[in-house]
Amino acid sequence: MTAFLVVLVIILFGVAVMQMGKIFQMSRPQTNTSEIANDKDNNTQGWLMLAMVLFIYALSAYSFYAWWDVLLPQSASEHGLQTDQLFLISMIIIFVVGIITQWLLHYFAFRYRGQKKNRALFYADNDRLEFIWTIIPVIVLAGLIIYGLFTWTDIMNVDADEDPLVIELYAYQFDWRARYAGDDNTLGEANVRLIEGVNQLGVDASDPYAQDDKVVNELHLPKGRKILFKMRSQDVLHSAYMPHFRAQMNCVPGMITQFAFTPNMTTEEMRGTDEIKEKVAKINKIRTENNVALAAEGKELLEMYEFDYLLLCNKICGNSHYNMQMKIVVEEEDKFNEWLKEQPNLATILNQ
Amino acid sequence: MSAHAEAHAVDHHDDHGHHHKETFITKYIFSQDHKMISKQYLITGLFMGIIGIAMSILFRLQLAWPDEPFTVMEIFLGKWAENGVMDPSVYLALVTIHGTIMVFFVLTAGLSGTFSNLLIPLQIGARDMASGFLNMISYWLFFLSSIIMVMSLFVEAGPASAGWTVYPPLSALPQAIPGSGMGMTLWLVSMAIFIASSLLGSLNYIVTVLNLRTKGMSMTRLPLTIWAFFVTAIIGVVSFPVLLSAALMLIMDRSFGTSFFLSDIYIAGEVLHNQGGSPVLYEHLFWFLGHPEVYIVLLPALGITSEVIATNARKPIFGYRAMVASILAIAFLSTIVWGHHMFISGMNPFLGSVFTFTTLLIAIPSAVKAFNYITTLWKGNLQMNPAMLFSIALVSTFITGGLTGIILGDSALDINVHDTYFVVAHFHLVMGISALYGLFAGVYHWFPKMFQSRMMNKNLGYVHFWVTAVGAYGVFFPMHFIGMAGLPRRYYTNTAFPYFDDLADVNVVITIFAIITAAAQLVFLYNFIHSMFHGKKGPKNPWKSNTLEWTAEIKHIHGNWDGPIPHVHRWAYDYSKMNKDETDYVIPGQDFVPQHIPLQDDEEEMNH
Repeated sequence: MTAFLVVLVIILFGVAVMQMGKIFQMSRPQTNTSEIANDKDNNTQGWLMLAMVLFIYALSAYSFYAWWDVLLPQSASEHGLQTDQLFLISMIIIFVVGIITQWLLHYFAFRYRGQKKNRALFYADNDRLEFIWTIIPVIVLAGLIIYGLFTWTDIMNVDADEDPLVIELYAYQFDWRARYAGDDNTLGEANVRLIEGVNQLGVDASDPYAQDDKVVNELHLPKGRKILFKMRSQDVLHSAYMPHFRAQMNCVPGMITQFAFTPNMTTEEMRGTDEIKEKVAKINKIRTENNVALAAEGKELLEMYEFDYLLLCNKICGNSHYNMQMKIVVEEEDKFNEWLKEQPNLATILNQ
Repeated sequence: MSAHAEAHAVDHHDDHGHHHKETFITKYIFSQDHKMISKQYLITGLFMGIIGIAMSILFRLQLAWPDEPFTVMEIFLGKWAENGVMDPSVYLALVTIHGTIMVFFVLTAGLSGTFSNLLIPLQIGARDMASGFLNMISYWLFFLSSIIMVMSLFVEAGPASAGWTVYPPLSALPQAIPGSGMGMTLWLVSMAIFIASSLLGSLNYIVTVLNLRTKGMSMTRLPLTIWAFFVTAIIGVVSFPVLLSAALMLIMDRSFGTSFFLSDIYIAGEVLHNQGGSPVLYEHLFWFLGHPEVYIVLLPALGITSEVIATNARKPIFGYRAMVASILAIAFLSTIVWGHHMFISGMNPFLGSVFTFTTLLIAIPSAVKAFNYITTLWKGNLQMNPAMLFSIALVSTFITGGLTGIILGDSALDINVHDTYFVVAHFHLVMGISALYGLFAGVYHWFPKMFQSRMMNKNLGYVHFWVTAVGAYGVFFPMHFIGMAGLPRRYYTNTAFPYFDDLADVNVVITIFAIITAAAQLVFLYNFIHSMFHGKKGPKNPWKSNTLEWTAEIKHIHGNWDGPIPHVHRWAYDYSKMNKDETDYVIPGQDFVPQHIPLQDDEEEMNH
């Protein structure tokens, strides 16, 4: 890959130098030429237009070939399977339409490049054509809209019958905390005005619901159970972005936002997929290569990477926005329960 | 000359024919002549563009090679880049000011300001804008706001750094980010003045188009450029005041202790008194302008393209009425889609459904426009002037960028790509690059009109075009992939996440293309400045165009036409029209019939 980049840079640099040479040549005053395109220009530029569409195709093909593996792995949440499906359908439509229209645009630019002897066709209107290319987008978009809206409603409407596990995601500059609702599965009231000492989330200590709440700095989720996240922010806007679960919601100071999903793969299962194995191998190869350079400079080496689900901040929130993250662990329900049991509840912490 | 036009001339320019003695100041500085004002807009816009693009190169260097020292950073950023490595706070400042400058100062004022001013009076057959004085004020307010925005770069704590959308509370609290101190105050002051400038300009454009059209220039005979500028001005008048209200409330929150957008905040170890406000309210107000703003940027570019493509294809624009209808439909829809920027803001999901619906609807008039452009090329006799190349490329990026909008406009899909590089790639292609291409097309096409028939060097134009066209795709096409990989925008570096290590080489590719593309703009600048003074003089109507501006005097006189204003007898697109017997063009040997030529004997009337 690096070798390819070096070659690319050299080629592009060469092209740039050549063009520069041309520029100087061209910028010299010439006699008897006009700045209006003549047949020769039309011809050259027409051919270049044809080359342009081929460049666009080649760039797309190369991008897919080279970077297909950087895309997100399969969805780790149930609703994500639906959105991925919709994403794929939309992408196919986009590519079909894109390939055809770009071809027509550039091919016409090439095919009808001007010549003195040619005559353009006076063709100002055709209601039938206009109707066709109005109605086709209408039908396609209607399909996409309906599909999209059903999916959206499905994701956003949380049914209380499903008995979701309630977890609060709490954002502040520049870290995350998670609060589990405890045995009663109801979060205690909280407000930033109550923040004091160890009560970092401003939970109301007098609220009976709050006593069994548990605050942690690593998010554990049980596989197969619906999780209802209640999001809060302490200072500025943040966004809880969990790309592997196709989940995102802003955290807004002064209000509680929510998002729900059901994890369908444990961290271990995800690590075992071919996609992730390849990705981890690739990343570790890069890191090993970088370490050679770092070792030479006597700097600290990079640790080898192991895959974990991530919670990232995805709304600009200050200088360390780029490093506001939390690890997410998805495990089987019994393991999750064991882990949760070990965490101290709020009553214990506040009474210490 | 008819009574109508005479009254016209007398009303507005009783002095016409014997000009005031103009001093240097009234001619070049406080000029009330629309042609001079348009040049002032263009040059200020280009200057701001240089700053905006230079900033993007700096932060692209940081993204491609984090922790690598660059002398260029030390030179430009000084204390914010000790040892040549950029500081996180200045990274955010750069992306913020890059966005602000490019969207407002280059693509709103530089594009719409330049060409609305130049073309509205010239193409509708008016001697000047309805109010030359307001027009002058509009430019000088824009100049003042540019000065303040540039000044804010030199504030000690740094310029505004909360992103170009300046969402509170981040933008309201200096404790949250250093840029939200003095830098943010100057940003708000600059934008408030900018909005005043834009409103004065827009009102003037609307009044001029409605009232000062020459005899025979009915609305359905207006060139599409004018339709685009006219509708753009209307959208501006409808939506910019809302941004002003948001800016004023933000100023109140920042300086006078109100709580419009702030509530329940604990920062820097203390609880703020603010209670009951909502940042979501700000988002609504901002995007009520912010989305129409996309079309304020784009419609003038599409208008310019329509004119340039028809002229250079030597064909009428296909489906003139459909084009006008889609401009109107886009304008209307653009004011009811703002919520698609807020699907995951915490807004009620039902609203999300409504905005998904309206957003995807806007794809229909956009598709109609794209197909009409393509059909205009079909069986044309394309004259590949640089302006034409940029116009074709505009259609290409408009399609590519527009198509990914289908994903982002769909609330269910937006969840996972919101605020990632996918969005950055999308909007740069569909509005940034497309609108810039419109700007370039306009400059190459109307340069002779601006500078007394001097023309820009076409070969330099070709070099500029091809490097830009290839480079722009090279920058923004790969960017979709890192977005789909889940990489958030506005990250100072991606090294905090080993997961994103494999994106490093994509970022290098993007940066290399960005540097090459930016370098190509130097060719344009050289060509622009050189041609201004030494450009070869071309004929009066170099592109053999139908519109009225090419009948105006080459020498810039206040009043545009030395004699009476020409009357209009046809629409602007009678290119390659044949006579009744199909033996020759309507005017034998000439493939175009300018708007001021009356209907010929052997010509079929076409309803225009």
